[in-house]
Amino acid sequence: MNSLVATQYITFKIGDELFAIDVVSVREVLELSLITRIPDAPAHLRGMVNVRGEAIPVVDLRAKFGLPPIPDSVHTRIVVLEIEVEGQRSVLGGIADSVHEVIDFEADMISPPPRFATRWKGDLIKGVARRGEELIIILSTDAVFSGNDVEEIGAAVAQTGSLDGAGSH
Amino acid sequence: MSTPNPSITFLHEAEDLLVQIEEIILEIHSQDAPSEPVNQLFRAFHTIKGSGAMFGFDAVAEFTHHVESVLDKVREGEIPFSDELSELVLASKDQIKKLLDVSQGGDPVEPGSSERIIAALSEFSKGSAGAPPPVAAASAHRSPAPASGHQQFSIRFKPNPEMMAFGTNPVSLLNELRGLGECTVSANHQDVPTLADIVRDRCYLSWDIQLFTTAGINAIRDVFIFAEDGSQIDIEAVGAPEPASADSSANISAVPKGQEKTLTPAKAEPAAKDSSSSKKASSNNSLVRVPSDKLDRLVTLVGELVMNQSRLSQVASRVDLADVTAPVEEIERLVSELRDNVLGIRMTPIGMAFNRLKRLVHDLSGELGKQIDLITEGAETELDKTVLDQIGDPLVHLIRNSVDHGIESADDRELHGKQRRGRIRLAAAHVGSHVVITIEDDGRGLDPDKIRAKAISKNLIAPDAQLSEKEIFNLIFLPGFSTAAQVTSVSGRGVGMDVVKRQIDSLRGTVSLASQLGGGTTTTLTLPLTLAIIDGLLVEIGSDQFIVPMALVTENVELHKADRARNNSRNAVAVRGDLIPYVRLRSLFQVSEGEPDIEKIVIAQQGEQRVGLVVDRVLGSHQTVIQSIGRFYREVEIVSGATIMGDGRVALILDVAGLVHSVRHGAAHGTHAANQHSPEETARR
Repeated sequence: MNSLVATQYITFKIGDELFAIDVVSVREVLELSLITRIPDAPAHLRGMVNVRGEAIPVVDLRAKFGLPPIPDSVHTRIVVLEIEVEGQRSVLGGIADSVHEVIDFEADMISPPPRFATRWKGDLIKGVARRGEELIIILSTDAVFSGNDVEEIGAAVAQTGSLDGAGSH
Repeated sequence: MSTPNPSITFLHEAEDLLVQIEEIILEIHSQDAPSEPVNQLFRAFHTIKGSGAMFGFDAVAEFTHHVESVLDKVREGEIPFSDELSELVLASKDQIKKLLDVSQGGDPVEPGSSERIIAALSEFSKGSAGAPPPVAAASAHRSPAPASGHQQFSIRFKPNPEMMAFGTNPVSLLNELRGLGECTVSANHQDVPTLADIVRDRCYLSWDIQLFTTAGINAIRDVFIFAEDGSQIDIEAVGAPEPASADSSANISAVPKGQEKTLTPAKAEPAAKDSSSSKKASSNNSLVRVPSDKLDRLVTLVGELVMNQSRLSQVASRVDLADVTAPVEEIERLVSELRDNVLGIRMTPIGMAFNRLKRLVHDLSGELGKQIDLITEGAETELDKTVLDQIGDPLVHLIRNSVDHGIESADDRELHGKQRRGRIRLAAAHVGSHVVITIEDDGRGLDPDKIRAKAISKNLIAPDAQLSEKEIFNLIFLPGFSTAAQVTSVSGRGVGMDVVKRQIDSLRGTVSLASQLGGGTTTTLTLPLTLAIIDGLLVEIGSDQFIVPMALVTENVELHKADRARNNSRNAVAVRGDLIPYVRLRSLFQVSEGEPDIEKIVIAQQGEQRVGLVVDRVLGSHQTVIQSIGRFYREVEIVSGATIMGDGRVALILDVAGLVHSVRHGAAHGTHAANQHSPEETARR
């Protein structure tokens, strides 16, 4: 867990769950702008958006995680990420219900991924951090955005509730 | 700017020289008195040896030395440049390439392989010992080497200040001169600046050298071979009597670079002989080597500029102020000129790809015991480097097919009343905004019956399918189809024409076949000039905007609601007597709002066929800077890219081929019959 020593994370919410990703892969956070829909594309790919002259694909994290859609709100944000996909640098946006803050997590604040997570290929979840009663799921951005079987994370989100319950007692 | 790593520079240089070497050898075949090509060969190997040793590529230098020695003998007319020797030099060239690859982390060379070649080379050297020098008379004037005795030369050497950055060390040149004979060197240091102004890696010194040697002026020139660029090298024979002087000065003038000063007027004969190569060399001189990623960055920047300019134009036309309009129009003109120029930089002659194929034909025909001439035309035809980089493999595949399956063996050819030597013509030409590459062989041609039988046996078509000859030929492009009865070592390993087709499709190009049984096969590739910026037709469906590549658009017609209702089931429109099928993008893209009474049909040429795309409105032409939609959407076949519009929104570029395929595929779901009746469409995958 050395790689997690005092790293900065950006937290965002999808539904009621709080997620965090390493700030290193985040280029910027934008308000929702006009997204050009791509006909014939899978539901979690919302379309393309212009980020200062560059057309980048936008992933609807809600749909990607298998959660039911909700209308966009004033809090909806596009998190612009720079990640490696199959060895190539890609820029893409992820739509989150809201983006919250940048926080430092030290290694002892983070537990290794719960057992149900390690079963998945790609290790989508790097770990789980606690802040008071709150539980924050730390995502591995590379795995989340390059893998095709990410819907399973929805199942993980559903299960964290029970994990939370088990942990606080 | 950072100084390039000299050993990287050497590797690049060596790469170029090896290409050059191969080109020369393959050309020598067709020449009777190859004295100048042999000189070029010698110089190329000499440069590789010299620079190689300097940067620690000892294995390369050591090996190259042997090749150089043999070539030196050829140059001096002691041994002829036979076919066997040229094969051997070709093999040496490959070996050098392998040795260079090893240093870059490639696979190690086969043990003993270098030694085998070296042994063969020394056979040639030895073989010359007793033989009379057959070419001696012809090349006498370029090998003056006055064995008669010593001669004094006065040499002034003022290196190109950047020389060391290019990987040449002047000191080793001086040492090499010392090796030739008694040598006095004095350095001129008046150009050395104060310490504060000294730039690392710059050479400020120049040298005056008095050399007393038995070696001829050729040998001295050879020392400076790879130091010529930008350097001042004056070689003067001092007090040299008799004919040697005239000869040597003539030789100097024959040096293509032109940096050497001649004291006596040049003799006409050798100069004229060298005129072609001198032209080539001087054009080489003014070239600048630029890493292609820098060029790509430049193209990207120009793309952004074009985008912002169109945004500016849009704003300017809205505010409509005379003070603004004029400069904006001027910028528009400049930007479009800049765009053409920058894209022009990336244009590369297709000849680079052709050279590789010459070697391929040479090797394959040897391997298969066939006699084949490859004739290339239009090697100077230019296309975008990004396109060029990607057509190499398809071309190799097509040429292989021609050599392996197309051209018959010499005996067979004679039996059929053809010339024993087969012929493959490889031609490139510009046609509109496309480059058309034609590969034509005079081999046995395609047998429609065989192809048909094969397709039936592979369940690609129904046994009773009615197909035109053209449709039958197109079956070859189906995945899993391979015409060779048995796979030879030559034809690709399981790679079929479907791969060629896919690669060409991905470049927005097309491929078509024509063939006559017994008469040969012609494959035609049509490729776009560039992948960066295209002319597009901007159309609108609902509130979404799309670009149709202008190169495909033939015309636009109107579609009235009433007409559509009348022939609802047909989805086809009559345009001047032709019935053209159309696709309503509105329903394909599931757009429901704001359906206009009169829609527009954009007629696009897709391969042999025309297809109509029904849109709400045609907004006009648009300079389209293509951006990739990324790997996330690679499953989406109806869209090939995206572009940013003047108002900042993203418009998608429609992939007409993919669209047609997607519609057919969707319609053909579960109905095998549709597939059988349109193999051409299936082939368009």
